[in-house]
Amino acid sequence: MTAPTKSAPLSNDEIQRYARHLILPEVGMEGQLKLKAARVLCVGAGGLGSPLAMYLAAAGVGTLGIVDFDVVDASNLHRQIIHFTQDVGRPKLTSAEEKVHGINPNVTVRKFETRLTSANALEIFKDFDVIVDGTDNFPTRYLINDACVLSGKPNVYGSIFRFEGQASIFAAPATEGRQQGPCYRCVYPEPPPPGMVPSCAEGGVLGILPGLVGLIQATETIKLITGLGEPLIGRLLLIDALAMRFREMKLRKNPDCPICGTKRTITKLIDYEQFCGVGATAASQSPSPEKTQTMPNALPEMTVEELKSKLDAKENIFVLDVREPHEYQICNLGDYGAKLIPMGDVQKRQQELDPEQHIVVHCRSGVRSAKVVDFLRQQGFEKVQNLAGGILAWADRIDKTMPKY
Amino acid sequence: MKIFLPTPLRPYADKRSVVDVSGSTIAEAMRALISQYPDLKGYIYADDGNVRGFVNIYLNDEDVRYLPAKMNAALRDSDTLTIMPSIAGGR
Repeated sequence: MTAPTKSAPLSNDEIQRYARHLILPEVGMEGQLKLKAARVLCVGAGGLGSPLAMYLAAAGVGTLGIVDFDVVDASNLHRQIIHFTQDVGRPKLTSAEEKVHGINPNVTVRKFETRLTSANALEIFKDFDVIVDGTDNFPTRYLINDACVLSGKPNVYGSIFRFEGQASIFAAPATEGRQQGPCYRCVYPEPPPPGMVPSCAEGGVLGILPGLVGLIQATETIKLITGLGEPLIGRLLLIDALAMRFREMKLRKNPDCPICGTKRTITKLIDYEQFCGVGATAASQSPSPEKTQTMPNALPEMTVEELKSKLDAKENIFVLDVREPHEYQICNLGDYGAKLIPMGDVQKRQQELDPEQHIVVHCRSGVRSAKVVDFLRQQGFEKVQNLAGGILAWADRIDKTMPKY
Repeated sequence: MKIFLPTPLRPYADKRSVVDVSGSTIAEAMRALISQYPDLKGYIYADDGNVRGFVNIYLNDEDVRYLPAKMNAALRDSDTLTIMPSIAGGR
């Protein structure tokens, strides 16, 4: 990668700050000036974006763009280390900018308080050299990939799920001695159907994992900028934190790839929510459960207020909780006779349910229960409804003493 | 031979991360896996019987799609298969 502009020489303060880089012959003054001239866009200031932004700032990346429109939530704090306890409720961008400047006041922060969309992605990307994907949903990941391919910028990719991570550099432009690298679509031509792969909000994530993966992304970003070492191009790193095993898979450029192949059929950004089969409001870069989830269409629902009044009126309603036992321990509707059958067991324990009875199914936020309602209706249960918003909505609107998770 | 299962697939396979199966080709090994854990089938294969577009199968570190014999590639006991679906978490 070539530095876009010739930067000013380092001040004495900067020389002191970057001393341990400067005495490293592989980085040296030349590498440090490349870092200073570099413009890196970090999409998302969450789990991956936190360590990434902090280390890139410390390393002396001159311009750091951050795209995020979310506010800090208490449930972010166990992994999004750029945000502190006192930041809960504040915009993530404000919080991130403060920390970046606290670490290194020489960094120019460019804030984009917006959701990345097909309408703004190319415009935002144009002022940056490297794009780092720290998002949490499939539509935005395909959008970032396509915008990187179309604008010829490398996509430093990382994703996480529970105890596992994946990292690579996609869409690396061709340079002297290196061909253009495979893109995300070469590896994953299609997204999973909505709901098939749970989000971190739904499936949980080990707090340190985004730290591990985000720092692999930060390392690759610095290598791209300085030209050091062997970049993670054409290779997918699989990280298993439980086994503490790092494995590597070879990635190839798919000659039939619709965006980077020889017969390109995607020539501009498309509607990624439609591509991923989710409704326009369903996908989001925010982890809030109300916003991230997708539901099968037109399932009968009940609000928490309706359920409460029916239960208080002693109507004969069977409350079915389809979460996991460890979630039931956090909070439950056991006082109302709720029965726990985890989603994965519903099929084999179906005989425990009465098709004639009025059943209201709930989970944490309403996604898993919607799948169960869909399944039970196919099995001939006619009086089954989904509890909209799940037990989180109950905690928000009915019982404010109930813990949320 | 061993088949590595990533976290999203483990709920369909008794929470196991590695499953031992026998088979002389990739297709046979995959059939053995599915017969042991039938719930995996819907996740890995589409209704038309093809591997889903968000799931990759690797023989050692090579994507099966790029092997000349694809799913009919021969296996040795020391080989490993890895099933690798896309994941999107990051926040």
